[in-house]
Amino acid sequence: MRHTLSVHVENKSGVLMRITSLFVRRGFNIESLAVGPTERPDVSRVTMRIDCSQHSLEQIEKQMHKLVNVLRVSELGPGEAIERELLLVKVTAPPDRRAELMSLGDVFHARVIDLGPDALIFEVVGTPEELESFEELVRPHGIKELVRTGRIGLGRASAKPDAGRRLALIR
Amino acid sequence: MKMLGADAILRSLEAEGVDIVFGIPGGAILPTYDAFARGTTVRHVLARHEQGAGHMAQGYARASGRVGVALATSGPGATNLVTPIADAWMDSTPLVCLTGQVRSSLIGTDAFQECDITGITIPIVKHSWLVQDVDEIAAVMKAAFHIARTGRCGPVLVDIPRDVQEAELDFSYPDEVDLPGWRPPRRGHPRQIREAARWVAEAERPVLYVGGGTINADACGELKDLAESGRLPVITTLMGKGAFPETHELFAGWPGMHGPKWSNWAMNKADLLVACGARFDDRVTGKLAGFAPGASVVHLDIDAAEIGKLRNADVPVVGPLKQVLRDLGSELRRLHEGDTARRYDGWVDQIFEWRDEFPLRYSTDGELVKPQAVMESLQAATADRDNVIWTTGVGQHQMWAMQYLLCDEPRRFVTSGGLGTMGYGVPAAVGAKAAQPDATVVCVDGDGCFQMTGSELATSVMEDLPIIVAIINNGYLGMVHQWQNLFYDDRLSQVHLTHAVPDYAKLAEAYGALGIMVDERSQVDDAIDQALNAGRTTVIDFRVDPREQCYPMIPAGAAALELIEFEEGAETEGVRAL
Ligand SMILES: Cc1ncc(C[n+]2csc(CCOP(=O)(O)OP(=O)(O)O)c2C)c(N)n1
Ligand SMILES: [Mg+2]
Repeated sequence: MRHTLSVHVENKSGVLMRITSLFVRRGFNIESLAVGPTERPDVSRVTMRIDCSQHSLEQIEKQMHKLVNVLRVSELGPGEAIERELLLVKVTAPPDRRAELMSLGDVFHARVIDLGPDALIFEVVGTPEELESFEELVRPHGIKELVRTGRIGLGRASAKPDAGRRLALIR
Repeated sequence: MKMLGADAILRSLEAEGVDIVFGIPGGAILPTYDAFARGTTVRHVLARHEQGAGHMAQGYARASGRVGVALATSGPGATNLVTPIADAWMDSTPLVCLTGQVRSSLIGTDAFQECDITGITIPIVKHSWLVQDVDEIAAVMKAAFHIARTGRCGPVLVDIPRDVQEAELDFSYPDEVDLPGWRPPRRGHPRQIREAARWVAEAERPVLYVGGGTINADACGELKDLAESGRLPVITTLMGKGAFPETHELFAGWPGMHGPKWSNWAMNKADLLVACGARFDDRVTGKLAGFAPGASVVHLDIDAAEIGKLRNADVPVVGPLKQVLRDLGSELRRLHEGDTARRYDGWVDQIFEWRDEFPLRYSTDGELVKPQAVMESLQAATADRDNVIWTTGVGQHQMWAMQYLLCDEPRRFVTSGGLGTMGYGVPAAVGAKAAQPDATVVCVDGDGCFQMTGSELATSVMEDLPIIVAIINNGYLGMVHQWQNLFYDDRLSQVHLTHAVPDYAKLAEAYGALGIMVDERSQVDDAIDQALNAGRTTVIDFRVDPREQCYPMIPAGAAALELIEFEEGAETEGVRAL
């Protein structure tokens, strides 16, 4: 089963390696990983997408909690959180196909951020599922290169202040 | 106060109350060794191998309950510490390792003796630091000791580049740590503890299943109160050995692969296991599905990650065991009031009937010295001594030591449980002796294990830390021999060491120790006597029956009731070790 974890960490060197080693050791692949600053300069947020069983996930969450630089671990449950991702894709676009491609882009609010003689680059922001649909639609035109940031997420504003399932730590 | 980084390291150790460290110098840690030369209250014990230094620090920690400290240089010095770090990780031993690192400007350039030791050890430390600024030293040292001993104990590593040791700083040791992400549980939840007590009170066949966490938590007194007030039988794991007095009327032995049949039966037939700082290790449980199949579980642990890791807990309590066991004891006394506190007596009697029915047994056929008999003699010769600390290597001798040597107090049995590190015994004994100078420290070692770290005899002799090493010399990597014998049709493959090479008694003499060779039954007691009274480092080479196997044995992956028992010899000694 797939899970999205959001981990608040102290902004110190080596944190990412300590976290990822918990997954690597158990042979779990991290499907996406995004790290970036937060509202606090000394705190970063790591968002990761993993495919593992519920039992393994709980184990790893608890192990993560014991890492000295980890401040908080929560799962962004579907429905309780907003998730977004950014995609850049360079698509083959000879002059006669451009118009078609651009109207395709419009549907997804994709922006053309670079244009060359026979290719263009789209920038799309959306849910990971939307990005996948977009990718499928432009694929027949010829994708030269594609990169995604990996998802990031926040608990919904309408939810309790600390949305997302806080780790059920038995204290 | 203005000083160099190297001095700040020593002032930090002093501020932590460290009296002794174990290590070996080298290029990248030279400035710190110079600080030793310039003066400190910290005693430095010079080991002969960094693995030895690390195990000494572990032996020190286990025998004293304080944090052990090991020092090494960069590169090979640091990598030689990896085994003790992994061992301390598995057995939750509080350990601070200080390693020198190449100069900051050379890091990442494959400089001479550069090695990414913080990277290598990430999976086996609670935390580690590469100190990049001399001003961080005090805070890092403070945090290192704090983390090593709080929560679930374990190893930490501080890697300090040479230029940082040489730089100047204004030193003051902090009173507080600043670790927002480090919040070990402070109290077990009262509601959970009440619930746990209710489950115990309602059980009919409860067993306290006690691991090393109880010793680390300094909670053995509370455990005893709990057991006595509830009249609950107690089983201790290899790491928990000594957490409960082994001559106590409620002591019910050791579980697992080489635990006595009756102890395993008790676990297996229990309807409630109260796991106290124990982690359902596979050497204890065998096949998980077959382990105590009818038992509910109350799991008490400082580490939330142990709850439900291998066995579901019906009642988890996460907190320091000292408080948890104390509160559980008083809650249970409250519940038992009016009721009779002797309600489990039938169950306890049943366990001890099994004990009488299934004692440990071995054959006394033939002429050869039997390893179990050596254990019995060691136990008899030391029974009236106050302060005896046993250390062991890993193998058959370790399991016989568990079965035959009785510990009535915690921190008297120092062994490598989780990692099973051959070579642990001799250096751990040196460290234990450093922690408890008045203790009689005996390392029960295998001939294979001894050859891994026996060079630390030099440390024992030169540093005036006298120990006794009882080598159970079966001429084999015995435990591997046993598996090949039982599970590979006796096809022996690369397990023969020979009794005579090296000649351990001569080797001992070469190290300036006393060496005694024993190859007849009649010599066993005299040799032990001589060693106990020698007042100096002594090695006894017990040349024992090479084909003796350790029973009972639950094969790996089997359930407790599928144990392999000893086959009757013509003359059999039935030992009710307890
Ligand atoms: C460092 C290390 N290498 C290998 C092993 C695997 N191993 C476990 S027990 C054992 C044999 C130990 O031989 P010895 O010290 O003579 O003890 P005995 O079993 O004969 O009592 C071996 C090789 C280990 N536990 N540790
Ligand atoms: Mg041997």
